[in-house]
Amino acid sequence: MAQPTPRVRMPSTAKAGDVIEVKTLISHEMESGQRKDASGKQIPRKIIKQFVATFNGKELFRADWHPAISANPYQSFFVRVPESGTFVFQWIDDDGSVYKSEHKVTVG
Amino acid sequence: MTFITGATRRAFLGTAGSGLALLALAPVVAWADAKMVADEIAKLFGDKPLKEGRIKLDLPSIAENGLVVPLSFEVESPMTEADYVKSVHFFAEGNPSPLVASFAFTPMVPKAAASIRIRLAQTQNIIAVAEMSNGDVYTVKKEVKVTIGGCGG
Repeated sequence: MAQPTPRVRMPSTAKAGDVIEVKTLISHEMESGQRKDASGKQIPRKIIKQFVATFNGKELFRADWHPAISANPYQSFFVRVPESGTFVFQWIDDDGSVYKSEHKVTVG
Repeated sequence: MTFITGATRRAFLGTAGSGLALLALAPVVAWADAKMVADEIAKLFGDKPLKEGRIKLDLPSIAENGLVVPLSFEVESPMTEADYVKSVHFFAEGNPSPLVASFAFTPMVPKAAASIRIRLAQTQNIIAVAEMSNGDVYTVKKEVKVTIGGCGG
């Protein structure tokens, strides 16, 4: 499988205190561990089990995902932009890999 | 009109079965039910009373493709240090596992709302449980009818 690619849609400038919706998507099969291959063998589970959003190092929002999450998981949520800073989004895979995406937002 | 006998119908279902249909036929999986969901909720909140309301759950009444079902929610809350939504959990009564997703919020988030896309193996109830910062627990339930096989899973 290709390396999962995170995609995040959010503005790069905002007014102080603005509420913005962050839309994220990452390419990942989210293999549930419940399917069988053509020979009847169970396909082992491999999903992204957690999504974490931080702003300037402080955790804002966290999602624990189970196999009931669709492939190429979509996650949207809301943040407030109190000041200029960096949002960091991390997806944590069952195998320990961490996929990361950083977004600077400037308060003008 | 051609009459499909039991045997050929089974063969047809066998070859057509992929993805969700396969998942639905897998015999090794112990399926979730209302009791398993109640057990999971009890694990998190003990015998705390579950109040109705405050959660706005947005799920389709009929989902044609059980592999991708959009789920959105919003929990009524001022989202301040003194009064905010700590966590929101989702459970499925008819999936192989009752667990769907859990969300942890902080008072820095302006709205206790989010959207995801989930898999549903069959027609079933989805249960949302939200825990407030003062310890109150709210719940809401919604049935989603899933059209299996209409899209080949």
